[in-house]
Amino acid sequence: MFQDITLGQYFPGQSIIHRLDPRTKIFAVFALLIMIFSAATSTEYFFLTALIFFFVLLSKIQMSAVVRSLRPLKWLIAFTFVIHLFSHEGAELFRLGVLTATVDGLRAGLLISLRLMLMIVASSLLTFTTAPLKLTDATEKLLTPLKAVGVPAHELAMMMTIALRFIPTLFEEADKIIKAQKIRGLDIERGNFVKRLKMMVPILVPLFLSAFRRADDLAMAMEARCYRGGEGRTHMKSLEITRLDRLAIAAIALIAGAFVMIRMLSV
Amino acid sequence: MIEVKNVSYRYDDRAALDGIDLTIDDGEFVAIIGANGSGKSTLAKNLNGLLLPTEGRVLVDGIDTRDDVWSVRARVGMVFQNPDNQIVGAVVEDDVAFGPENLGVEPLEIRRRVDEALSTVGMLEYRGAAPHKLSGGQKQRVAIAGVLAMRTKCIVFDEATAMLDPRGRSEVLSTIEDLHRRGLTIVMITHHMDEAARASRVIVMDGGRIVKLGSAREIFSDVRWLKKIGLEVPAAAELGARLRLKNILSADDLIARLKR
Ligand SMILES: Nc1ncnc2c1ncn2[C@@H]1O[C@H](COP(=O)(O)OP(=O)(O)OP(=O)(O)O)[C@@H](O)[C@H]1O
Ligand SMILES: [Mg+2]
Repeated sequence: MFQDITLGQYFPGQSIIHRLDPRTKIFAVFALLIMIFSAATSTEYFFLTALIFFFVLLSKIQMSAVVRSLRPLKWLIAFTFVIHLFSHEGAELFRLGVLTATVDGLRAGLLISLRLMLMIVASSLLTFTTAPLKLTDATEKLLTPLKAVGVPAHELAMMMTIALRFIPTLFEEADKIIKAQKIRGLDIERGNFVKRLKMMVPILVPLFLSAFRRADDLAMAMEARCYRGGEGRTHMKSLEITRLDRLAIAAIALIAGAFVMIRMLSV
Repeated sequence: MIEVKNVSYRYDDRAALDGIDLTIDDGEFVAIIGANGSGKSTLAKNLNGLLLPTEGRVLVDGIDTRDDVWSVRARVGMVFQNPDNQIVGAVVEDDVAFGPENLGVEPLEIRRRVDEALSTVGMLEYRGAAPHKLSGGQKQRVAIAGVLAMRTKCIVFDEATAMLDPRGRSEVLSTIEDLHRRGLTIVMITHHMDEAARASRVIVMDGGRIVKLGSAREIFSDVRWLKKIGLEVPAAAELGARLRLKNILSADDLIARLKR
């Protein structure tokens, strides 16, 4: 039932992208997202698509995995496309009742869908090529300056780690509870929305109860292993900015520069 | 290495431990048995400062658990019953590193300890695995490695085999025996007599007190008394008692004796 969740999935590897410091990757993804967000012309989209395609090749992640990362959002993409298709003025393409599809609408719809897909692929590249622990460590490091204004950097990172550890366990447990309740005659696949929502109660209540139990046990186990917050803690896998990272950051800066130039030329 | 001096413990208004006196020596293998609610887990949690005694004192290498709980926990580690609820890391080796990271050990040294601990419990080849993909016995071995990497001198097992299938149970038990041979002090809480029989000393608890203390053979010779205080007795031991045979702990013992 929960098999095709790729959320936060990591594919171990040794590619250049894998070897980058997670902070470099987070920075690069942000830069890419800003570029994708500000792209307007087909030239710019073409440039960014080619760029991200190149990054996927560099990462040696299988294309099928990249395509799979788009699947959970396929309806959002389709919906956005349809909205744009029918909501622009201009030369008529075809009619559907009161709705008119236009050429401009088609163009806008395609570009917006492309934008969404590029954003998803760019951010998936980050989680595909970065071990969860490194990602949380990087989050902690990046948030550390914000500690001064009261952001609990270490606690947030620890929460992410524990969530990543327990999401699969809780999914497995939900699966078990659903099966157990089905045996007792619960039918969750039929009925209207409200009815189905009501059916969730005998699944969610045991799930929550057990989650609280787990949290209790886990807190005890962490304490027994001398956990007392971020103060004085070391990390086995310490993060390190290497020559490769400096190169990558320079490359991203150059790419951003090139992008700005394309923008200015097309205005 | 651990001295429990006249310790009582109360949860709110309910007494769970009542005047416990106990000394555990370096390198000893002690088993604690007792019926449900007899106070075994409460005693275990008092040994490393997860709970502090209401009365009396617990000393670990001379350090009072009230004075410096972190030094105590760096000496006495603990493995709990539920394998799923004590693994923190999303990857096996990250979890094993959790303890030494908390102790502020240098990164390179942590790496060394993690690899060593994982190979001691025979889980080195799983170091990159996700914990939820492992069997129960494997998860418990990872939890044990997590304590080993902290280099504690003593490990307390609170029914660490209770939720495992027979195979996982024997994996964990042989790991525990191996650790004892390597010189670690072992405290093992269990409901199974054949497990307790591996210890050099068995402690029987009832109603928050230590009611008997001795070698496994001494303790298990009185099957009627064990049943009276609510302990499960293995079928073989019970049959042995009815046949008026002494020192029967397992089916193997019984068969050997009947053959004679
Ligand atoms: N958190 C708690 N709050 C209140 N009472 C508790 C708590 N934990 C345990 N007790 C009570 O303290 C007594 C001793 O419990 P303890 O868990 O130490 O027993 P145990 O020997 O470990 O039992 P089991 O074999 O079931 O694990 C029991 O009567 C129990 O009900
Ligand atoms: Mg208990």
